Amino acid sequence: MSTLFLTACSDWQSALHAHGDNARKIFDLIWTFGAVAATTWLLTVLVLAMALFRSRPPEARSPLQIDPDQERRLNCAVGSATALTVVVLIALTTGSFFAGKSIASMSGSETVTVRVTGHQWWWEIRYPKIGSLQAIVTANELHVPVGESVKVKLDSLDVIHSFWVPSLAGKRDLIPGRPSELTLIADKPGVYRGQCAEFCGYQHAHMAITVVAESREAFDAWRSRQDANAVTPSGDEERRGQAAFLGTGCALCHAIRGTPASGTVGPDLTHVAGRRSLAADALAMTPGALAAWVADPQSVKPGAKMPRIALSADDLNAVITYLGSLE
Amino acid sequence: MKQRPVVDVSHLPTYGFGAASPMWWGTLAFIALEATGFALAIGTYFYLAVLAPHWPIAAPAPDLAPGTAILIILLASLVPNHLVDRWAKQQDFHKVRAGMVFMTIVGILPLIVRIWEFPALRISWDQNAYGSIVWFLLALHTSHLLTDVGDTIVLAVLMFTQKGKVGRRLSDVSDNAFYWDFVVASWAVLYLVMYWAPRM
Amino acid sequence: MSSIRQKNADRIEELKGVRDTGLDEARLVAFLAHAWQTPKGLYGWLATVDHKVIGRRYVVTAFLFLILAGLSALVMRFQLAAPEAGRISPDFYDQLFTMHGTTMMFLFAVPVMEAFAVYLVPLMIGTRNVAFPRLNAFSYWIYVSGGIMIWIAFAFNTGADAGWFSYVPLAGQFYGIGKRPDFWAQMVTYTEVSALAVAVEIIATVLKQRAPGMTLDRIPLYVWSVLITAFVILFAMPAVMVSSTMLILDRLVGTKFFDQAAGGDALLWQHLFWFFGHPEVYIIFIPATGFVSAILPTFVRRPVFGYLGIVLSLIAIGFLSFGLWVHHMFATGLPQLGESFFTASSMMIAIPSGIQVFCWIATIWGGRPIFATPLLFVLGFIFTFVIGGLTGVMVASVPIDLQVHDTYFVVAHFHYVLVGGAVFPLLGAVYYWFPKATGRMLSERLGHLNFWFVFLGFNLTFFPMHILGLQGMPRRVYTYPLESGWGSANLFISLSSLVLFVGFALFFLNMLLSFRNGLPAGDNPWGASTLEWATTSPPPSYNFPRLPVVTHREPLWAEPDTLAVIEGLRVDAREVLGGMVADAVPQLRLPSADNSIWPLLSATAVGGTFFASIYTPWAVVWGAIPISIGFICWFWPKGEPEDEE
Repeated sequence: MSTLFLTACSDWQSALHAHGDNARKIFDLIWTFGAVAATTWLLTVLVLAMALFRSRPPEARSPLQIDPDQERRLNCAVGSATALTVVVLIALTTGSFFAGKSIASMSGSETVTVRVTGHQWWWEIRYPKIGSLQAIVTANELHVPVGESVKVKLDSLDVIHSFWVPSLAGKRDLIPGRPSELTLIADKPGVYRGQCAEFCGYQHAHMAITVVAESREAFDAWRSRQDANAVTPSGDEERRGQAAFLGTGCALCHAIRGTPASGTVGPDLTHVAGRRSLAADALAMTPGALAAWVADPQSVKPGAKMPRIALSADDLNAVITYLGSLE
Repeated sequence: MKQRPVVDVSHLPTYGFGAASPMWWGTLAFIALEATGFALAIGTYFYLAVLAPHWPIAAPAPDLAPGTAILIILLASLVPNHLVDRWAKQQDFHKVRAGMVFMTIVGILPLIVRIWEFPALRISWDQNAYGSIVWFLLALHTSHLLTDVGDTIVLAVLMFTQKGKVGRRLSDVSDNAFYWDFVVASWAVLYLVMYWAPRM
Repeated sequence: MSSIRQKNADRIEELKGVRDTGLDEARLVAFLAHAWQTPKGLYGWLATVDHKVIGRRYVVTAFLFLILAGLSALVMRFQLAAPEAGRISPDFYDQLFTMHGTTMMFLFAVPVMEAFAVYLVPLMIGTRNVAFPRLNAFSYWIYVSGGIMIWIAFAFNTGADAGWFSYVPLAGQFYGIGKRPDFWAQMVTYTEVSALAVAVEIIATVLKQRAPGMTLDRIPLYVWSVLITAFVILFAMPAVMVSSTMLILDRLVGTKFFDQAAGGDALLWQHLFWFFGHPEVYIIFIPATGFVSAILPTFVRRPVFGYLGIVLSLIAIGFLSFGLWVHHMFATGLPQLGESFFTASSMMIAIPSGIQVFCWIATIWGGRPIFATPLLFVLGFIFTFVIGGLTGVMVASVPIDLQVHDTYFVVAHFHYVLVGGAVFPLLGAVYYWFPKATGRMLSERLGHLNFWFVFLGFNLTFFPMHILGLQGMPRRVYTYPLESGWGSANLFISLSSLVLFVGFALFFLNMLLSFRNGLPAGDNPWGASTLEWATTSPPPSYNFPRLPVVTHREPLWAEPDTLAVIEGLRVDAREVLGGMVADAVPQLRLPSADNSIWPLLSATAVGGTFFASIYTPWAVVWGAIPISIGFICWFWPKGEPEDEE
């Protein structure tokens, strides 16, 4: 039965597909523990079956008539099984301890630092000022250079969330008032999905984060693209969209660098069209999905903090076109 | 199933003191669980104290006078309390009656002083976590004081009725004295925590 | 009655009251039935303090809550059967999983274990009632009012929705929705009060009221297990009372315990909650192992192997259960040294658990198994619980936990421990003791069918969840994307849960049918060895005509035809025997409390105060008045015959 499910499993957000040091060490540990557990269980069930179905002398006896020889043998068996349990547990505890230590030793050599803040129900991501590049804010999509240690600083301003990208590392909680951090390494280029792992309210199910691991050059290129302010609207439709964006409620919550919009309640939209997904990966980034989301967020993510803004059909289309231009 | 009588218990007494009485074990169990509650609340106090950069948070240390007065009253009350316990075990109804009346007064006294103790904390419960925990500790102890004083009053009244002239009531008086010891001991600990930990 | 008393007047001259000494059977029974009766009608129903009536009531109520919680799980499985199903709203889903967990833990699992203890302990140790019969009645009324309150709140769309451990700040004053967390917090207080009350009375009963001769090494293992559980309750439950009180104070009067902006701390909640929450698992599991140790010897026809080893293991589990709580908090990033300590202690608890399993297998090895339904459930227990124990060893490892924590792997793990480890023995216990409690056997044919549906349904439902968790599916998500690839496994799980559902339906069907039409049971249908089988099925209100004396650990096997008994107790008033704690030497003839309406009225006053305090803190002040009246009337003596002496 288990093979049925294993073959059905995808590379999608799985602890069984480790692509980073941290996750791989845990993966090995899971297999070791799993193998020991499976063996122990098989042995137990086997002995249980033997105990049940072994052949017995036919004579009936009083329940209190105990064979002292057999009692001694059973004593010996229980004693040995207990001793074996102790040895195995010590071995497993030691193995777990050293795996934990080696994971902890990964920190200290980071080349990139990024701050991730959990919100109900999206991830705010901040890259600090580095060299000539200014500090930037983005959301739900974390870019990292392949093969380099990345320090992820975690905190939360509302409730407890948990940062978990299973292919790369174990999880770490984001607790209000208790900043923490995690070290990530992705050892192969790719897109790794993660998801909030601590129940955080209505849309806990739709609070995903995407980690994009790319070569150093591609990462640097992405970083400098993000450094730029938002593109100025080029056509009439975009200009109308920007005006609508600034004129209605949108700008109260969202920021678009280079425009007066500077809200901090929702995700920064300066380069929103450059991201792969929308609304913490509730939707793929397509014009249709963007329109559906802006038109009625509550039907996509019931309970989400983004209200429905009353826009005329034309304004809505213009806003979608404008946002779609913000690469 | 046939029955074979082997033990005759007809001459056993119907009440006992201390570990002989199930009520004593019940009282002990309640003391154990309430002491656990106190311990966890005190643990919370120090947990918050360690987290805070300054302790007490944004408040002066509490005023010593009312708390100390209560401590003195409670410690002094141990003497009559033990006398009542001894008289109960000696089955001396007259002395127990007088003792229970006295213990009622001794029990109400700290409750009166406590009215001044809450303001002496010099912080409100909703100001910060320090205020919350000291009010919590004091309220927790007050509820124990109230419970035991209530029990003492009921027993004292009972001693003056016909129903009080039963040996079992003396066992109840003795268990009540046992519980009072716990109320006093828990205040001694709480007093040190609430009044002297912030002065360290 | 007075004429009978008159006839015995010469004999009882020097002794107060009518004694059972030399009394012929018919008169003895008439006296006892009169002294220990529960009056007919509504008043009797409300005022009874008979531990068997209360125990039965507790069991039935707990099973009703099991049905409610089980149905909530089915609705969740309906939603999760397909990706992005949209069959129920996230708001409703959150309430469902919170009510499922809360009900299962607080309103089913712990109470049902207490219920069995309340019913069985006096019978197994040979006494007539628990030590504080009115406290026992009180505990039931408090429990049932807490349970009804939270389910009524749920019916009014105010169901708790922050998970059964209600983490702050999600359940706190800023993010908790409406009154939902308040109802949760107060329900917890109700059930903890009731659990603590039962724990106190079990401790006093087992320590003081054992049959003469029942020395520590002759206490039935089941009684040992509930005694140790009672001590665990005593030291664990205050933690959740302290924390749920702090939560409700934060929400209602603005204290700042968990508000990090004012010096409070969100993690403080987790420490206090899990200091209770982990022992909670053992509060459920230890009595279940007691069931196993009671059922096994009867169906393999020999005493349990390693009595002393099992008792010491239970004590060790009780102690160790307090050293594990941080393993629920590994992902919060506590210092590594501390985490290693909790890994080691979590692993260590596998040793006493393992010893118990080894002893049970040795018992089977040395005996001759009879495959009746109770034994099937015990075997199903070993089969599944070992899996749960071993995955427990996995989650004790910090690095592994960081991957599987809060995923379906953990969901699978704790269902293996709680369903496999506690519900299977519980079902076996129902099959085992149903004849004693009702006088009728459950159907063995339905029983076998019931077992196989539950056993297969359970494993097919929960085993795949291990893999889903490793594949990245977090717990408590109301839906999941199509691209995740989790759809087929989830559909399989949802369909399997229907098999499990059928299994439980068969269980309840069997109880309903057999209660009316089951074969008559007789006193000792299984040929068991402990004292509860020495009396009739169902037992009379006074349990035993004369209280038994014990000379052997397996009294009914050592002396199958006669029961050694005491004499000299009063039979015209409620009286039980009190003995010394360690060697059960008779010490006192203890009056036992008569029926009273005041436990119910006091529970109503306490319950009403808790309920009103959700809306105004002043309720605590005003509520103190009816509560005081209730308790004073409860304890005020009413001139019962016991006071004459």
